Amino acid sequence: MTQTSGVQVNNGVASSITQSQPLWLLAEVTYRCPLHCAFCYNPTDYDKHTQNELTTEQWIQTLRDARKLGAIQLGISGGEPLLRDDIEDIVVEAKKLGYYSNLITSGVGLTEKRIQAFKDGGLDHIQLSMHDITEEINNFITNTKTFQLKQKVAAMIKGHGYPMVLNVVIHRYNIDHMKEILEMAEALGADYIELANNQYYGWSLVNRSQLMPTREQLERAEAVTNEFRATGTKMKIFYVVPDYFNDRPKKCMNGWGEVFMIVTANGDVLPCHSARSLPNMQFPNVKDSDLGWSWKESPAFNKYRGDSWMKEPCRSCEEKEKDLGGCRCQSFLLTGDAEAADPVCSKSPHHHLIEKAIEDAKNPVIASQPILFRNDKNSKRIISGELKELTDKFHALP
Amino acid sequence: MMVIEHTDVYALAPHHRFQWEDAQNSYVILFPEGMVKLHGGAGEVIKRLDGKVTVGDVIADLKATFPDAEDIESDIIGMFELALSKAWLHKV
Ligand code: SF4
Ligand code: SF4
Repeated sequence: MTQTSGVQVNNGVASSITQSQPLWLLAEVTYRCPLHCAFCYNPTDYDKHTQNELTTEQWIQTLRDARKLGAIQLGISGGEPLLRDDIEDIVVEAKKLGYYSNLITSGVGLTEKRIQAFKDGGLDHIQLSMHDITEEINNFITNTKTFQLKQKVAAMIKGHGYPMVLNVVIHRYNIDHMKEILEMAEALGADYIELANNQYYGWSLVNRSQLMPTREQLERAEAVTNEFRATGTKMKIFYVVPDYFNDRPKKCMNGWGEVFMIVTANGDVLPCHSARSLPNMQFPNVKDSDLGWSWKESPAFNKYRGDSWMKEPCRSCEEKEKDLGGCRCQSFLLTGDAEAADPVCSKSPHHHLIEKAIEDAKNPVIASQPILFRNDKNSKRIISGELKELTDKFHALP
Repeated sequence: MMVIEHTDVYALAPHHRFQWEDAQNSYVILFPEGMVKLHGGAGEVIKRLDGKVTVGDVIADLKATFPDAEDIESDIIGMFELALSKAWLHKV
């Protein structure tokens, strides 16, 4: 099959292609969202995809097809998935198929009635996003008044016997509150907390200079996290490293087309959330392509599988199996070349772009530019080209 | 590390699920945002935990099921130790 799929094969690639099965189906069921987070990684042109969402039947068929391919973890996310009123049906089907199902939500729209229906339907877990210990920062960064609501929802999740899994995106405005955030999570009875250092895609790339913390802030935050761990807390803490401050990139999505399959609100099948920002790529869509073909055979999924697509310095790099050259989207967004080494890597000839971004974030003039919040109006402005000057700084927005 | 006694009773930790996966050709444990694939014997051990049987019962049962396996007892205890250290199991 590797020959017919149009991929050059060497031994390493051939085996990774024939063996790979999706473990995760990430269903981005809608891009509509009542929040307007400055760091949202959704595509900046999401407004194009709010009118052509998949139907309930199409989602159910997608769940079935992905399960046949081996997917076992189901993430229901968005946007805010609870803006759809058929999440209950999706949950029931997921249970029937044997998925472990995860609802990833801002909490807006979670009512007693709905959570009870999820429980009865067999939803396994709810991940709630939290933003800060202060009402002020929560409301500022999400551009909504949602602080009180999140506290209430956290209690509701606990009350229904769910494990409490909190996700906090870390940026300049909340990073100095790490200790308080951890204490709040503990007080709420969290079982897991994910401290996700901001990554720069979609809206958060546009707002990068306004969101990025300094190296000193990060070091303090990491020290605080380690101290907290040492207290013997039962809470499991996941710390997502800030890749701009490393000298090696992350193994993005654990490898292109290796583990994750994303299906977007309108049915596009992607190997990663931001893959549509890459040039000259045509991604399959569940409305007209067989999901097995999309995963195994489609040119888009095979394009960056393995390492045969690599250029120097990655091609001859001893570490290439560790990170697979980093993130294709990040390479393209920052360098204009999707096959370049991820500029986070210190061996990349574009590494200065990362250093410059870190410097820019320290520059008070650049950093005080207004944040472009994620909302329909701004998305329309980006689609129309009105914000070209801002988005042209990066190669591939939307 | 916790000492495993033959009289101990263990069960799958809350929010964890154990099932056979055809696609993996093995038993797996699922939990929020994660999965572990259990190799051979580990699956046989976890499969037997119903919240009532003791470690001793599991050892006896596995010895009877796999009479040719050598030194199976220390493997089973090792499996319990691993599962506890990863918090896949809890003590009943
Ligand atoms: S990051 Fe914020 S705005 Fe984006 S989908 Fe999540 S809750 Fe909505
Ligand atoms: S040169 Fe490429 S493969 Fe080597 S460490 Fe850097 S990004 Fe990874």
